[in-house]
Amino acid sequence: MSLDRIRNFSIVAHIDHGKSTLADRILELTQTLSQREMREQVLDSMELERERGITIKAQAVRVAWRGHQLNLIDTPGHVDFTYEVSRALQACEGALLVVDAAQGIEAQTLANAYLAIENGLEIVPVVNKIDLPQADPERTAAEVGDLVGEDEARILRISAKTGEGIDTVLDAVVARIPPPQGDPEAPARALVFDSSYDQYRGVVAFVRMVDGSFRTRERLRALAAGTRFEAEELGFFSPFRSPTETLEAGEVGYVVTGLKDVSRLRVGDTLTADERPAREPLPGYKDVKPTVFAGLFPTDSDDYPEVRDALEKLKLNDASLFYEPETSQALGFGFRCGFLGLLHMEIVRERLEREFDLDLLVTAPNVAYRALTKAGEELEVHNPADMPPEVEQVEEPYIRASTIVPKEYVGSVMELNNDRRGRFHHMEYLSEERVLLAFDLPLAEIVYDYYDQLKSRTRGYASFDYDVLGFEPGELVRVDVLLAGEPVDALSLIVHREGAYARGRALVERLRVEIPRQLFDVPVQAAIGSRVIARETIKAKRKDVLAKCYGGDITRKRKLLERQKKGKKRMKQVGSVEIPQEAFLAVLNLDGERK
Amino acid sequence: MSAPAVRHLYVHLPFCAHRCGYCDFVTVVGRRGQHGAYVDALLAELELERPLLAEQVETVFLGGGTPTFTEPAELRRVLLALPQAEEVTVEANPETVTPALAELLARNGVNRVSLGAQSFNSAFLDVLERRARPGDVRRAVHLLRHAGIENISLDLLYGIPGQSASDVAADIGEALALSPEHLSCYELEAKPGTRFTHAHGEELERQAEAIEGYFELVVETLVGSGYRWYETASFCLQGRQARHNLGYWRGRDYLGLGIGAVSTLDGVRWRNTPRLAAYVAALAEGERPPREQEQLDEDTRARERLMLGLRLDRPLALADVRVALDVDALARLESLGLAEQRADGLVLTSRGRFLGGGVTAELLA
Repeated sequence: MSLDRIRNFSIVAHIDHGKSTLADRILELTQTLSQREMREQVLDSMELERERGITIKAQAVRVAWRGHQLNLIDTPGHVDFTYEVSRALQACEGALLVVDAAQGIEAQTLANAYLAIENGLEIVPVVNKIDLPQADPERTAAEVGDLVGEDEARILRISAKTGEGIDTVLDAVVARIPPPQGDPEAPARALVFDSSYDQYRGVVAFVRMVDGSFRTRERLRALAAGTRFEAEELGFFSPFRSPTETLEAGEVGYVVTGLKDVSRLRVGDTLTADERPAREPLPGYKDVKPTVFAGLFPTDSDDYPEVRDALEKLKLNDASLFYEPETSQALGFGFRCGFLGLLHMEIVRERLEREFDLDLLVTAPNVAYRALTKAGEELEVHNPADMPPEVEQVEEPYIRASTIVPKEYVGSVMELNNDRRGRFHHMEYLSEERVLLAFDLPLAEIVYDYYDQLKSRTRGYASFDYDVLGFEPGELVRVDVLLAGEPVDALSLIVHREGAYARGRALVERLRVEIPRQLFDVPVQAAIGSRVIARETIKAKRKDVLAKCYGGDITRKRKLLERQKKGKKRMKQVGSVEIPQEAFLAVLNLDGERK
Repeated sequence: MSAPAVRHLYVHLPFCAHRCGYCDFVTVVGRRGQHGAYVDALLAELELERPLLAEQVETVFLGGGTPTFTEPAELRRVLLALPQAEEVTVEANPETVTPALAELLARNGVNRVSLGAQSFNSAFLDVLERRARPGDVRRAVHLLRHAGIENISLDLLYGIPGQSASDVAADIGEALALSPEHLSCYELEAKPGTRFTHAHGEELERQAEAIEGYFELVVETLVGSGYRWYETASFCLQGRQARHNLGYWRGRDYLGLGIGAVSTLDGVRWRNTPRLAAYVAALAEGERPPREQEQLDEDTRARERLMLGLRLDRPLALADVRVALDVDALARLESLGLAEQRADGLVLTSRGRFLGGGVTAELLA
């Protein structure tokens, strides 16, 4: 197809503003899917995506509209997946910016709009849900017009739910979004904007052909990774895989690579023809680094191999997931995993438990730290227990947090951010009622019960998003927890010096309550280095006997003791102290329950 | 296999006037009309199993229920049919001890009585739903002694809802005043789901921490008064251990007769049906009553020897229990001062004995 007949676009929106419903309606109106094939959120193929109403993986689908080929690339909306979003946006020339007519602009509307503008995309603003009784399409259109600098009259007003105005959206895509620029004769270049893993056919790369074309069976090469393979199959999504002979400049489609190792072809890489390779890769390849880390341990240590297999499988579809084996004295064998953010962590955990039926114990999440040792060595620390006791300096990641709230909650948000070591950046009235607050905050403060606090202090009216800024030095200390003098590695944490005492105190108190009394006194301490900052004692039991034991009782009493012993074997052992799993969980959940 | 020669015989007399709220034994309330039929069955079972008994039986124990609530004529039939033994114990509730009963016991070979005193305080006896009054215990002891029974044991309970440390001390004082040869002191166990727990669970919960200290109080007082703490819950004057119970704790074989009674013989344990009607019917046909059987393999027997042996204040020979022992745990417990490995065997320290349940669970391999 000639380039001027092709339009590549994506839909960006804040969560729940109707992105997936709009995609569904587009598939219907263009008769891409028959009534029979249609179901809700058709592009969200994962069970978890449909259930939570979110998109985790990008998807691309080709539809036909009035003589044009439209490629719709559906993207994840959440900040954790910004990297995937920005790759997907690079494969497009335009974006539909969907805004809920009742809610107006939200934090992710902004983040996504800016991302689209940065990528040079033509933005087509769409006010959705105009059928809702509480909809205020005019006010919303005014907000959106201000944001993207568009005449309010050109802002589309639709209802994806009722189908009203869907045709105007498709017409606008054709009329307003420019056709792809590319050289059909140049050496082939295609951007890998996402990938999935097929257990029979290996890595399937989602690509946008920029220059030239690929033929089925052609030898291809990934420029950044240097990987070579044969294009076993080329095609586009309808939304199911539909094979074609060639992929031409400007088109969006997929390449079946046969590669069995996802790390050999990463999102953001450029594919070219091995025989006539392009010299320059397409811009934008970047190694994504996880920002949030947590230890993941099987509840039953016998499940360790299952957890390893499950992580391997998950990684096939999620190249951003990082993991390495970790041995905790207290929790046994497990993995230290790195995630793009808290949602990513939650999703990985949920997928492991649900799709692989595993019982997991997840330690409190922490961020990555950079430490400069006294010896002048630079370390990246993913686990608080690995932080050297003596360091010259520790740096932690900072973010710029954008929060949009009705104006009456400005004070609450300011207070929360100040409590969390935030630095005010700027404030802006989006409308008379709604205010954008930008703060720079340590990421560690977000990881620790921030969302719940924000939600409760703004009665759920706040919307929140952030960008990672980089690392900054801080007054950070490692707090260790000691049971009967033995450090419990899984409970170490890194906190700001000012908050250390309170966190140590809270941990120690919780442990005293949660750990059952033992056969001996157990001192529980929180310490910074060798300095104890909080201390409690779990008093020893004074009596633990089976009262009577005569002829008729022996079997029952024996079984009682055998069960008790078996129970002990399931407990986590720290030195001579036995800690039931539940106690660990309760303490690790402390973060989630700070009142 | 050597010819079985059981030297310890248990006989269960299940009848009671009333079922106390905290009781979880196999008991049958009232049914005076059935005492005769039950005793017929019991004696039939005795005849069936007599070949298992050693020529010289060492101990016989009549437990219940309330054995002394059994119709005197029926109780007499039982006593007459029993083999001679060095120690013949009958459990009795104080209020059932009349001069006639004391005579009946003493004349028919009983030389030891275990009295279920529980407390000397009327308020606590009421809470326990015991019928005896404090005076009944004292009277019973005198009557038994007068009849010639020289070996008397008293059962005491502590941790009764509402009971303070000084109440416990008072009960022990009353008991000591009677100079019993033997005392068994148990913490009241509120079994989940019992009527008693339903009524008093909350109060017991509230008292829990104080009750832990009562055990120390009991041990200190009794040991200070010259009693030997020879078993977790048992105390005796010189040479007055409950020999029958020592048989259990030393892992000897025993034969149990009557409903719900348990026997252990040559690595096989069986338990008679707890149902009176089924028991009586089977034996009326000359058959053994329905039984549940359990095979005890060598490991299990070693674990039991460990569990039972550690209840005693004498060293447990390591050779007998080695397969059941977690040596790492033993080392840990030794370093905590709870257990000791000596040339003559394994013993728990005094603190180890207070924590005997947890320590034993720890020691099991």
